[in-house]
Formats: sequence, structure tokens, C-alpha cells
Amino acid sequence: PTIYVCFSLCPLGGTEVQLNETLAHLKTESETLKSKLEEERAKLHDVELHQVAEKVEGLGQFVMKTRRTLKGHGNKVLCMDWCKDKRRIVSSSQDGKVIVWDAFTTNKEHAVTMPCTWVMACAYAPSGCAVACGGLDNKCSVYPLSLDKNENLAAKKKSVAMHTNYLSACSFTNSDMQILTSSGDGTCALWDVESGQLLQSFHGHAADVLCLDLAPSETGNTFVSGGCDKKANVWDMRSGQCIQSFETHESDINSVRYYPSGDAFASGSDDATCRLYDLRADREVAIYSKESIIFGVSSVDFSLSGRLLFGGYNDYTINVWDVLKGTRVSILFGHENRVSTLRVSPDGTAFCTGSWDHTLRVRAICSLI
Amino acid sequence: MTSNSNLSNMRRLVEQLKLEASVERIKVSQAAAELQQYCLQNATKDALLVGVPTGSNPFREPRSCAVV
Repeated sequence: PTIYVCFSLCPLGGTEVQLNETLAHLKTESETLKSKLEEERAKLHDVELHQVAEKVEGLGQFVMKTRRTLKGHGNKVLCMDWCKDKRRIVSSSQDGKVIVWDAFTTNKEHAVTMPCTWVMACAYAPSGCAVACGGLDNKCSVYPLSLDKNENLAAKKKSVAMHTNYLSACSFTNSDMQILTSSGDGTCALWDVESGQLLQSFHGHAADVLCLDLAPSETGNTFVSGGCDKKANVWDMRSGQCIQSFETHESDINSVRYYPSGDAFASGSDDATCRLYDLRADREVAIYSKESIIFGVSSVDFSLSGRLLFGGYNDYTINVWDVLKGTRVSILFGHENRVSTLRVSPDGTAFCTGSWDHTLRVRAICSLI
Repeated sequence: MTSNSNLSNMRRLVEQLKLEASVERIKVSQAAAELQQYCLQNATKDALLVGVPTGSNPFREPRSCAVV
């Protein structure tokens, strides 16, 4: 198809007519391409995931108990992350506090007061020596963790990322040197921690970006983001290009998480469903939903093998799904308000949830032996 | 009326769609089989799926757990 040349003069009279024709032409072309994309994806949709999994043994009853309750935040817990040492946790709250906990003992090891409320994002550095956080301040700041409990952490604070709207999520990459952020300004960005320099920005979402997750390191330099435009986008970190996009949710996507092999990712949305998208089939391959579940999903994560998908919901519960069969295997209670954040520990022995009820809970399976 | 920016946005959208349409895809049956294989291969290491021997779970209670 030919592309008309557009004059970059102020549109007046005849030139405006030409612009409108070009716009209409491009619009038609984009509609055609969208249909073609759906057609191509549909051609390969020869079976459902749960059909392939029919012969797999079903999962038995699950008894998962709360093993630790972390109390100390003065308001809603908004985000949490595990340290690679599998025992420390960082959490952030609406009251502006960021706390580092030893989840084994429930002791608070560090506490920082941010200059803003609604600290919506926090992350542990891979080395375990720093944490990053941000929220309504539109920034992502890094705090080195001192061994000296008396040292004022706020004094060593380093401002790294600057967005033009709230910070919704942040994650260190493979090292302490780079941070990936997502924002209410509709973009994601990659930053150098030391210099605060913007290394790459990612444009493509049409509204606030609410979440992101980095691909497991073996699968290369990509990450997935989810937003208020109901889209989940997969990005090439080096080029800034959006390489795949999925738009099947019916509302905001609050959480995205890669399947452990890196070949797929799950999403949780305000439309009360979780979905699984396979990257090589380039389509949604499962929906995790029930008529009785009507509240939004705030956060999702997989168990180590990818067989279980944990979803934290706005109705205060956690639903546990059999990823292959598409059925719910367990519903967990305990929180007294929305579950806002959920992460499985690095070695998969436990998972932690944070809630608007001000607490965090660490749960593990009841030993069967 | 920012007709010029609408035009460049539309152009970008068309280019993006062309890129996405050109992605190499595999059949869902093959993709599903590989997801399933990964689950089954790693099932025994998944503590939240199969549990861990009493005593080795760092988050266990100090006393033993009663199986209901």
C-alpha cells in the first residue's frame, strides 16, 4: 500500500483534506493488520491448554497455613519483595514507610520514612545490600542498607528514576546497577543506578502502566508490562521496542508475572480473571475465573514449577489455581482487607502477601510427611 | 487540532502492527505440551506443591503440624 507524503505545514484548506485522507487510509490499514494478526493467531489455536493437560494427575487438597504475620505498618501495605537470601522481605505502605523484615524471626531490621505517602513500589537489590522504592513522589530512590542499625538510611538515599506521574512498580535487573520502572505517566524506563541516567524508555501503553516483570535471566533481555489500557506488552530492553502485545482482559491489568521457564506469563486484572499468555504461540492460552469470583485481582505469582498460580484478590482472599487444568485448587483466607501484593519466595518454600489490613503474611504448605 | 501528531501516531501504530504480525508463532498444542513438561519436570522441587520433609521447612512452626 502506498503511503501519501504529508506536508508539515499548518493544515489549511486543501492540505487538510489530504491529511484526513491519509489518516483514514492509515486507519483502514491498521484495522486490516489487526484482523490479520487475529487470523494468524487463530490458525495455530488447535487445542486448549486444559485439554492437553487432561491426562495429568489432578492435585489433591492443599493445606497452606500462615506461618508468620508481620505487623508494624501503620497503614495499607502496597508492595513487597523478597531478598535473594529467601528470608528477608522489604515492604512499603500508604503511610510512607518502607520496612525491611527478617521473615524467619519477624524482626524489623530497617525502616525508612519516605517524603511521600502511597509508596506503591519497592524492590530488593540482587545483592541484598539495597532496596528501591517510590510512589506518589514520581521517583524511584535507592537506599543502601547499612549494617549499623543506628545509621540514618535516609541520609544515603539516591534518587534514580524521574517520571511525570506516580511510580507503580520497580525492579532491579540482574545486578544492583540498573532499575526498571513503570509509571502512571504511561511509560516504562530503564535507569543506571549510579548516575541516575535514563538508559532506555518504553512507549506504547495508552494509559497508566501498573506493573512489570523481568524475564528469567536465561531467556534474554525482555520484560512484560501491564496497564490501564488493558494491554500486556512484551518489550526488548535493548531496543525499547514492543515486540508482542496482548489485549484480551476487560479491565486494568494490575499484575504480570513470567512463568518460570520464561515461555509464558500470567496476568491479574480488575476484570476478576487471571490469564496465561504463551509467548511462542503468541496468544492467551488459559483464563482462570469463576462466576463466584467478582472482585479484581491485585497480584499474581507462580510456584516454582509453574503448576500453581497464586492470585491475591480485592475480596481479601487468595485463590490458588492449577495452571494446567484451569481449575481452582484452594481458597485461602486470613487477611482482613484487600490483598494488594503477593510474591513466592526465591526458593519456592513459601509465599508472602501484603494487605490493606496493614499486615503481611507468610504462608507455607502444611508438611505432609 | 494536532493533525500532524495524529498522523505520526497512526504511522507508528501501523508500523507496530506490522512488526507484531510478523512474529513467528508455534501451535498452541506444542506450546501447551512444553508448559506441561516444564511443570512435571520440576514438580518434585516445588515445595508449595509437594511439601518438604518436616524439619527442613524454614517457615515451619516450632511444634509439629497436625494434619487435619
